[in-house]
Amino acid sequence: MFTAAAAAILVTMLLVLIRAIKGPTVYDRILAASNFGTLTVTLISVYGFLTGRPEFLDIAMVYALINFIGAIAVSKFVQFGGVQQPLGEDDAGDI
Amino acid sequence: MVLALDIVSWALIICGGVFAIIGGIGMIRLPDFFTRIHAAGVIETMGAGAIFAGLIIQAGWSMIAVKLVLMAIFMLFTNPTATHAIARAALGEGLIPLTDDEVEEDLSGYVLSDLDMLELEADSKETDPSKT
Repeated sequence: MFTAAAAAILVTMLLVLIRAIKGPTVYDRILAASNFGTLTVTLISVYGFLTGRPEFLDIAMVYALINFIGAIAVSKFVQFGGVQQPLGEDDAGDI
Repeated sequence: MVLALDIVSWALIICGGVFAIIGGIGMIRLPDFFTRIHAAGVIETMGAGAIFAGLIIQAGWSMIAVKLVLMAIFMLFTNPTATHAIARAALGEGLIPLTDDEVEEDLSGYVLSDLDMLELEADSKETDPSKT
């Protein structure tokens, strides 16, 4: 049954990757990449249970942290042209 | 009791897989970026959330379950935040949401009030010299 869950996650990763490749705007690609990271975290967790080695959960936890930082950083980079906050605008630093 | 917990966890895991596939199909088929956010929410919240709930039941009372609960709570907080940041960046860059033509005039006042004000100012500047 973990195999079925892993297969479903892999199919979803394929569909999301298609959207990331052919997305018309850059925001589609960012959203698809963020989703792909979430699915990767889920797949690592399921794979740990599938092989009877739940120690993989530590790797999945680190990947979840990196995925969040990456999505925020890339969306700020696209909006402002840099990760630092722009000067002279009131609410431009908000995410 | 063990069998009942097994059945519940399998049902949750299968439910999460089905929701993930539905969200993936939505990512392909929905027409607009702002509608694709909805499919992304289905994948991140229901798909990953139900699979994590099933894995927590499978793990039982152990350190593994604690780690899974921590990851589930973290993802439940961070994924909507990341999606909100991406949507805000898209809206700030001027990506216009896809609306029906008949309801566009009603909706655009709420969705893009600043851009509408800019358009109105531009229109008034264009029409003022012709009037005077």
